[in-house]
Amino acid sequence: MTNKLRSAGVLTAVALALTACGGAKVGEAAKPAEGAKECGTFNLAVSPWVGYEANAAVVAYVATKDLGCKVVKKNLKEEISWQGFGTGEVDAVLENWGHEDLKKKYVTDQKVAVEVGPSGNKGVIGWYLPPWLAEAQPELKDWKNLNKAAAQFKTSESGGKGQLLDGDPSFVTNDEALVKNLKLDYKVVYAGSETALIQAFRDAEKNKKPVIGYFYEPQWFFNELKLVKVDLPKWTEGCDADPAKVACDYPAYELDKIVSKKFADSGSPAYELVKKFSWTNDDQNVVAKYIAEDKMPPDAAAEKWVKDNQSKVDAWLGK
Amino acid sequence: MASITGSVEIRVRRPRRGVIVGVLLVAWVAAWFLLRGVNTLSLGGQETTGLHRWLTEHRDFLGSGNAFLDAIRVAVDQLVILFQAVIAQPSYGRPVPVIGWLGVVALSAYLAWAFGNWKVALLAAAGLTFVGLQGLWQEAMDTLSLTLAAVLLALLIGIPLGIWAGLSNRAFRVATLVLDLMQTLPTFVYLAPLTLFFAIGPAAATIATLIYAAPPVVRLTAHAIRSVPSESVEAARSLGSTHGQTLLKVLLPMSRSTVVVGINQTIMAALSMVTVAALIDAPGLGQTVLKALQTLDVGVAFNAGLAIVVLAIVLDRVTTAAGDRPWRTASIRRKVLLGVGGIAVLVAIWFSRTYIWAAEFPSGANLGSRIAVAATDVTNWVQDVFGGFTFGVRDAVTKGVLNPLEALLTESPWWLVAVVVVTLAALLGSWQGAVPAALCLGLLVVTGVWHDAMVTLASTLLATVVVVAAGLMLGVWTGRNHRADSWLRPVLDAGQTMPPFVYLVPFLALFGTSRFTAIAAAVVFAIPVTTKIVADGIRAVPVATVEAANSVGSSTWQVISKVQLPVARRAITLAVNQGLIYVLSMVVVGGLVGAGALGYDVAAGFAQSELYGKGLAAGLAIVLLGVMLDRITQAAARRTRKFRGTVRGDNLW
Repeated sequence: MTNKLRSAGVLTAVALALTACGGAKVGEAAKPAEGAKECGTFNLAVSPWVGYEANAAVVAYVATKDLGCKVVKKNLKEEISWQGFGTGEVDAVLENWGHEDLKKKYVTDQKVAVEVGPSGNKGVIGWYLPPWLAEAQPELKDWKNLNKAAAQFKTSESGGKGQLLDGDPSFVTNDEALVKNLKLDYKVVYAGSETALIQAFRDAEKNKKPVIGYFYEPQWFFNELKLVKVDLPKWTEGCDADPAKVACDYPAYELDKIVSKKFADSGSPAYELVKKFSWTNDDQNVVAKYIAEDKMPPDAAAEKWVKDNQSKVDAWLGK
Repeated sequence: MASITGSVEIRVRRPRRGVIVGVLLVAWVAAWFLLRGVNTLSLGGQETTGLHRWLTEHRDFLGSGNAFLDAIRVAVDQLVILFQAVIAQPSYGRPVPVIGWLGVVALSAYLAWAFGNWKVALLAAAGLTFVGLQGLWQEAMDTLSLTLAAVLLALLIGIPLGIWAGLSNRAFRVATLVLDLMQTLPTFVYLAPLTLFFAIGPAAATIATLIYAAPPVVRLTAHAIRSVPSESVEAARSLGSTHGQTLLKVLLPMSRSTVVVGINQTIMAALSMVTVAALIDAPGLGQTVLKALQTLDVGVAFNAGLAIVVLAIVLDRVTTAAGDRPWRTASIRRKVLLGVGGIAVLVAIWFSRTYIWAAEFPSGANLGSRIAVAATDVTNWVQDVFGGFTFGVRDAVTKGVLNPLEALLTESPWWLVAVVVVTLAALLGSWQGAVPAALCLGLLVVTGVWHDAMVTLASTLLATVVVVAAGLMLGVWTGRNHRADSWLRPVLDAGQTMPPFVYLVPFLALFGTSRFTAIAAAVVFAIPVTTKIVADGIRAVPVATVEAANSVGSSTWQVISKVQLPVARRAITLAVNQGLIYVLSMVVVGGLVGAGALGYDVAAGFAQSELYGKGLAAGLAIVLLGVMLDRITQAAARRTRKFRGTVRGDNLW
């Protein structure tokens, strides 16, 4: 036993001695180039969805390459990113979905955060069908026909009614009220995560199962499967004022950017970049596809997009 | 005398009690039929109560900026950063950590050899090299730094607390309650407030891990000390030992192997928190898993999950070997070998500080992407082959068992459920079961999430029954059969430390979004701990006792049911408790795959700030369910006991 160990040790030592003397030494590699301008550290919150990751990748890439910032990406849930504005640990959030209550708390009351305008992306929330179903039964695209088809949406979870699959817990939903107020014979079943929703739609398309569920755009999954939106009664100003009485579609969300007050006052060139940053859903989808489907690292995805869209980047940089 | 009257009393009462329970259940079903849908206290997904809104408003009440908390934060931060600087992150102005991969591998193998044996040394070297070949060296070292810090702190706090709870009955009662709270209160409930107290960074992540990981070592240490036969203690006392001497010379040495099980469970629990801690920017493998799952990339997530499992197995085996090593002074030969090994390690560390190939793990092997592709292929194959069949199983179980049970619990008026449960608790465990049950049920009503709690209770009961049945079977098998143990252990370790989300994606494909999926995930997670504790208990049955039974011609089944299980009773009670608690700690994960109810409430409360209060209330409801079920089963176990205990502190179980 010890003999074995000893010979193993000797062998290792010999192997080390043979291989060791070649090879580069630590510290010989060229130091990374110093940035041209004074930017300092830029703490960027990264929320856990691919669309956000796309925004963060491009902004971080431009900030590092063109402004010489030291970008620190912090992977945080939204709520915690907002907390970070107050403690100075987060400088910017690049894609904010509504969150009126957080705005009130951190922008209006505590005055630690500042809104810096839309990111250019339009958020859509609603009920979606897998493409095969929308094609096979196009009448389902109108909510009025949903009751007739309720039976085919029954599952083990829906208690004899049709199943409306809901619930990424990160998103506000009015669906229970909607089902009640539109008198639909459906039960809201909480899938509980984006993963579960996507898996349900994938399974539905592949095995031609009927599914109707809550989903949203922009979303990388649309590159894989073009879900079809169901028309609910049109949204009008104030129709969703009382959550219990909602009987209309979700409003379109103008996604926006938030920075900390401290960061806004710092005069950092990164602040100017965040302020001017704006792109379309298509732009985001391209980068999201690079990351989600082509499995590119975020930095490489950003580099590729920036090369193809230099003029947009120049506009953000005020060139 | 006491024992005789005790067992006679039970023999007379037992059938009667069974009849009463049966009558009670029938009466419940009849009442349910009449009163269905009355006073069910249901609350919609986005609806809140006054209490919830109050909790939401007072979330920041404790606030940050407290000097005491700041001191803790700085200390913990520095500890983690120190570990990271040594093995994981570029540090002290150099582009690489203080010790590169070669040094870490050599040092780990050396330590494993010095404190354990050469087998685990080989395992440590092979395991770490494997993780490097997966292309995850730096991530793994970040995870290791954080885990080591959390485990170190957990042991520093946990073992003394466990000893205290082992010696003092009052401390034991308080500790049990606090530990139940720590283990069942969902992490999501305190993750956001923790970042308020301790800021975003290593400290908050470490402390979140610590809260979840410390309880097993406290529990098992206390359990071990209480299990020392009172004869041994009395013998030591009669020879004039002081309290301190008894503790150091009798109690601790005799408890060692069980304390090691506790340490192992703490390590496992810490590693199972890796992905959750990643939500507050904890560096390491958890980030890789989360990133991969944003795009449902099961392969990459599995690769990172596998690295976590490998780390867990290495840590577990090395600590076990260290725990089993007899205390004796080393021979001269061994001393010389240790010295030579030490020098070799220093040489390896020097290489890893000097040459890049020894500092940064070579990226050529690319084993990781091959594992990822293979895992994806296997997942797809399983989904295609078993897809239809599994949905059938799900529907059968849901319709046959889960739906009726859930209907009974959710559609009955709340007061009816409360009356039935309290009566049942009184029947099974007298007032010791009834009082906590009544208290917990009352508080459940106050939380405002009664209806969701009943939905969760139905799934929990089903999952726990499966876990206990499977855990007993596997535990007895592995406890009696050494070879089965060594084969099954890695699988159990994987079940405990593989981040649930990695297998949830295939589970979702197999079972859809449903309560059944959540139950399956909870079962996978909770069986290992139950099995390990049962096996430990079976192994602790004195060989002489088993041989005595064998010599009078008992069959294997008789030995198990009449000797091993009764003697290991306390371990089994603990195993049931831990099985239940692990099931409950998966409620939130279940909420993410379609179980809805309390788990979803907690997840939504974490994500939507206006629902924070409801999430907290739901988290507390999970704790209440845990405490209630635990107290009822404990009280019932106490009543049905056939033998008077011969061990210390038995009256507490």
